[in-house]
Amino acid sequence: MSVIGNTALEFTDDQAMVMDVARSFCAGRSPLERVRGLLESDLGYDPAVWGEMVDMGWPGMALPEEVGGSGLGVSAAVPVCEAMGRSLLGGPLLATLLAGQLLLRASAGGAGSAVLEAIAAGAPATIALLDGADWGSEQIRCELGSDGILHGVKQQVMEAAAAEWLVVVAQEQGKPVLAVVPAAAIAPEARRDHVLIDATRRAQAVDFSGIQVAGDAVLRGPEVVRALRDVRLLGALLLAAEAGGSAASCLDTTVEYLKTRTQFGKLIGSYQALKHPCVEILMALDATRSFVYHAATVVSDAPLDEDAEIACRMAKAQATETLKYAGDRAVQFHGGMGFTWDCDAQLYVRRAQWVQQAFGDAQHHRKRLARLLLDR
Amino acid sequence: MSQVSDREKAEFRQQVGAWMQANRPADPGFLLPQSFMEVGSEQQLDFLREWQHKVWSAGYLGMAWPRQYGGQGQDPVYQSIADQEMRRHGVPICFNVIGLGWAGPLINDIGTEAEKARYLKGILSGEDIWCQGFSEPDHGSDLGSAQLRARREGDEYVLNGTKIWTTMGNFAKYMILLARTNPQVERKYDGLSFFLAPMQVPGIDPRPIRKLTGEYGFTETFFTDARIPASCLMGEEGQGWKIAMRTLQYERGAEAGAAGGLAFVRIAIDDMIAELADVERDGEPALQDPAVRDHVVQMIMEEKAVVLCDRRAAIQALTTDYPFSLPLSNKLRFTESTRRMRQMAINLQGADGGLYVGDTAARQGGFWQRAYLNSFSATIGGGTSQVQANIIAEHILGLPK
Repeated sequence: MSVIGNTALEFTDDQAMVMDVARSFCAGRSPLERVRGLLESDLGYDPAVWGEMVDMGWPGMALPEEVGGSGLGVSAAVPVCEAMGRSLLGGPLLATLLAGQLLLRASAGGAGSAVLEAIAAGAPATIALLDGADWGSEQIRCELGSDGILHGVKQQVMEAAAAEWLVVVAQEQGKPVLAVVPAAAIAPEARRDHVLIDATRRAQAVDFSGIQVAGDAVLRGPEVVRALRDVRLLGALLLAAEAGGSAASCLDTTVEYLKTRTQFGKLIGSYQALKHPCVEILMALDATRSFVYHAATVVSDAPLDEDAEIACRMAKAQATETLKYAGDRAVQFHGGMGFTWDCDAQLYVRRAQWVQQAFGDAQHHRKRLARLLLDR
Repeated sequence: MSQVSDREKAEFRQQVGAWMQANRPADPGFLLPQSFMEVGSEQQLDFLREWQHKVWSAGYLGMAWPRQYGGQGQDPVYQSIADQEMRRHGVPICFNVIGLGWAGPLINDIGTEAEKARYLKGILSGEDIWCQGFSEPDHGSDLGSAQLRARREGDEYVLNGTKIWTTMGNFAKYMILLARTNPQVERKYDGLSFFLAPMQVPGIDPRPIRKLTGEYGFTETFFTDARIPASCLMGEEGQGWKIAMRTLQYERGAEAGAAGGLAFVRIAIDDMIAELADVERDGEPALQDPAVRDHVVQMIMEEKAVVLCDRRAAIQALTTDYPFSLPLSNKLRFTESTRRMRQMAINLQGADGGLYVGDTAARQGGFWQRAYLNSFSATIGGGTSQVQANIIAEHILGLPK
């Protein structure tokens, strides 16, 4: 067997339709001056735009019809995240999609379906996943006691302020469980707003200590273990799609500048020292989109198989490196302008630093890929 | 569209696969060329000529070419399947590539009956080796400026000038030649003509060029008052550029008119990983070293990206941003990735990485060392990577010249 393995890449009519709608919606609702307008706002997104996304059914697009979703599967969310990334459109969609996937995949017996229905109807949700800074750690510190009370602080809970439901990853006598907590159960003083390097998004550290979780709001069993593994991979995939979108508009921004800025009597885009890195970014971007849509082809509602794991990890490893490079060069190639807050390059270079870490950086994924590809 | 049924295709695939399996030559005891640009010795030539003749005799070469000229007159899909099976079974190349993939299809397409009868069969059998005379020493990437002069004198053309990078120029019987018949034209392209020229005439002197590998494979070919019959002119005077450009389209395989056969042996990342299985570094298997593992995974991803980009190029909805980006960057992506992978294969060999072809202790006879050095033929030939990057920057991203 070749290490190249599965190379399926298909794009359905459903995905194509979603992509068309998402690209024009995001471009229309999120021009860069509106992105900038939200950078220093509390919420970080425009509730009216979120309302339109709910009206289009996006929070439930990957959920089955039985809970009120569109049943398009998680592959349909890929072009949406890519389009959002392209327009740097923030908000709770990505966190909500992932929380929905986690609950869906963990609830074999239908537990959690009331929350899934709420999500499909447009209630923002999120996952409280990280205990520390190590995305690769399987250790869960947050604990669910035998009395049904949570103990522990979760870090970098994506869009926690917006979420109506928080899916808390905890351990109960060493075994992973999911505790579904309504936002109202968390006291304001238990929340601390993070200051993120990517100012288009929001996150909080949340202290869940002392919160009593109702018995039917806890999910347990082997499905939880599998669902956690899968949702880490799907998180990597959706963020790869988003990063790919951001890298594309970042490259456009840089190229546009190189076509208009003159120095020493020449358009600076004519210099090969600037031209060739742009070509490298374009080629990395082409690789990113290929990996992302290959991964979108091989994931499904079923537990992810090894091909899907390989595909999601490669997509994230590639996308992360691409946006890092595109953002880094965008600043440099804008010269003195690039050093300013007003230059759009800062939006991309700052996003790149956040997204490279979220759901594992490139080295993390390559380390896992090495096990999958070289140790068999 | 092919009229051949899936069942017929599957049966043929099985048949040709079985033949390749049964007839794959044993290791000859010397390094075989990985591409037609690496045939450097009589020993290699004889071996490859015999192999191509065998493939043709078995009916697996020129399958879509007309029967009266040595072909099989079959649907080109059969040749594509045969080519895939040759690749899958790792058999040697069909070395007469300029004949099989350039001159032959061109003659089939626009040649006269006399030209077809005279040239096609010898191309397939391997008896008549063909070379290509496009590049000149002063015009590497700029074919339109070719200066080799062809002057009409009665029933002959008199050739003066120099061609370079003539693959197998010292073995070839014929050359497809781009020459200038009229230096006094407004557009340089209009003064070019195309010839099917004999090589064994007085005044043509192919001098082998020694490559950085220490081997041979190309010649610099000097023309000094060399006389060839006027009947060697293909088409009419002034059509040379158009005909030369036409020859490039056959590279796309049997469906586009090429005779088939492998032009090069594909070296995959799997080959490198297999090669490294017993290599040690710091007293441990190299493939357990975290830094090595990270690097190998990056190379796997590069190779996989080439395949996935190819897949995506076929999906229009996923190529809307820069529609020609994937086809135009394919060469750059593939050749640079190949070069890096072969370089890495040497890096990881420890002290053995410093050995070369000819040392009995060299891993696989120095295969990777030679392969790396030869990989520059693809990052330089056909437009250097740097020229490719300029083309992509200007034509895809719209950056100024």
